Amino acid sequence: MTRLIERFGRAILSLLQKGVFVAEETGRIFLLLLATLRQLLLPPFGIVDIFRQMLEVGVRSVPVVIVTAIFTGMVFALQTYTGFKRFGAETLVGTVVAMSMTRELGPVLTGLIVSGRAGAAMAAELGTMRVTEQIDALETLAINPVKYLIVPRFVAGLIMLPALSVCADIIGIIGGYFVTVVLFNTSSVVYWKQTWTYLESADIYNGLIKACFFGGAISIISSYKGFYTSGGAEGVGKATTGAVVLSSMTILISDYFLSSWLFG
Amino acid sequence: MILLDEVYKSFNANHVLTGTSLVVKKGESRVVIGGSGSGKSVILKHIVGIMKPDKGRVTVDDMDIARLKEHDLYEIRKKFGMLFQMAALFDSMSVWENVGFVLSRRGMLKPAKIKEIAVEKLKLVGLVNVENLMPSELSGGMKKRVGLARAIAHEPEILLYDEPTTGLDPITADAINDLIVSLKERLKVTSVAITHDMQSSYKIADSISMLYQGKIIATGTPDEIRNTSDPVMRQFITGSAVGPIKVEGVNNERTVNRA
Ligand SMILES: Nc1ncnc2c1ncn2[C@@H]1O[C@H](COP(=O)(O)OP(=O)(O)OP(=O)(O)O)[C@@H](O)[C@H]1O
Ligand SMILES: [Mg+2]
Repeated sequence: MTRLIERFGRAILSLLQKGVFVAEETGRIFLLLLATLRQLLLPPFGIVDIFRQMLEVGVRSVPVVIVTAIFTGMVFALQTYTGFKRFGAETLVGTVVAMSMTRELGPVLTGLIVSGRAGAAMAAELGTMRVTEQIDALETLAINPVKYLIVPRFVAGLIMLPALSVCADIIGIIGGYFVTVVLFNTSSVVYWKQTWTYLESADIYNGLIKACFFGGAISIISSYKGFYTSGGAEGVGKATTGAVVLSSMTILISDYFLSSWLFG
Repeated sequence: MILLDEVYKSFNANHVLTGTSLVVKKGESRVVIGGSGSGKSVILKHIVGIMKPDKGRVTVDDMDIARLKEHDLYEIRKKFGMLFQMAALFDSMSVWENVGFVLSRRGMLKPAKIKEIAVEKLKLVGLVNVENLMPSELSGGMKKRVGLARAIAHEPEILLYDEPTTGLDPITADAINDLIVSLKERLKVTSVAITHDMQSSYKIADSISMLYQGKIIATGTPDEIRNTSDPVMRQFITGSAVGPIKVEGVNNERTVNRA
């Protein structure tokens, strides 16, 4: 009996410790976010560095986003069409695809793709710079590493995620069109009419607000993981996986709360 | 002037600096010697403020490095040039971009001019035709010298060298020693150099300090150090495994595991 209580107590204790650790890490990420915002507002503004990161985060993710969005739009149309047919509502496919892409799937899928691609790259690159003392070297050369390394990644995330997300919205809708109109041979006029009649501009821009938030979160979390790496090559590996896991979780969890706030 | 006043620094249970005090006057060239893992690199990192002391004070020109505001810390760092033990080159940039990094960040010169300066600094450290290579294409000794060129490119007032000649052949090493001496004479730089190479330290130092068990146990001119009677110092400068300094895990009898 006492044994059982002891084990129970230990389990609770370790849970509490995990809780404390999570709270601490969240706090440190916020501190890094504040430092980043401060450096963002101070001149000089490294436009060139920002463009380089926009290329890295955004442009290089376009192919994956296209493939993901087109097939998601297609499968969504397929499932909705065959499902809605049961109660004769198959004309609504255009609406369903457009709404789910703009409000949910566009931002979330792009977020997950970017966290896997660019987030991992950020953590690995900054982590390597940390363990090979390149970040220390920046400091000795009187360059603020937060300004030089993290600000451009943060800005690129804020800008490129909404951009990619718009791209995903459009391509998803086209994918849906292809399945509904071309494969199932329904009227293209109905598809477009259904798409535009019920889609509100709020669906689009609230989706983009979410994307913007995801972009900032991915950049800060991944930069944080890389920036505070320790322990050589193994540490870089851990930072990279940690960045992808934490930013994906953050996207999925915050998506619910943001959605209930923006659309609720 | 650089001053370390009773500095303590531990990493978890590893007490590295335990009351280290060091004064380096303006224009002086100081060499710090000491065993591997004794905390020499840690001292340099305290001087530029990339590590903060647990206790004690580090000041540069009477400014307390650990308590400066961020902005002032970056201002004072403009006086510094530092060569890292592992060179710490930016691996996403070519050699000349590394060397000209500070110049291009200050944004006052055109890229062509910066490259010209970088090539000239590389020549000073004995490197030609490497400016367009990437750091990953260099040998260890070449990286070290590119690191040195980067440290001196903006003509800083204070130079910190972490083992400037380690990994170089004796002739190149001597050329680097000459360079360090000429920087001191021409630019009146204040410097702290770490080295295991006694030959090099006699050549470049105005004075030599020895770090042992977390403290500076002795400081003297090269001549004083050469003729020291202190048994710890003697053992170190003559490079003997026998003496008061024990090397952990290494005993003086040969251990052979082969049957
Ligand atoms: N960032 C760090 N985190 C934890 N421990 C560290 C860190 N930096 C240094 N140490 C520890 O401090 C001690 C001194 O390290 P330091 O690099 O200063 O040695 P050193 O005197 O420069 O040796 P070497 O001549 O081999 O370069 C070592 O025991 C090392 O493990
Ligand atoms: Mg060292």
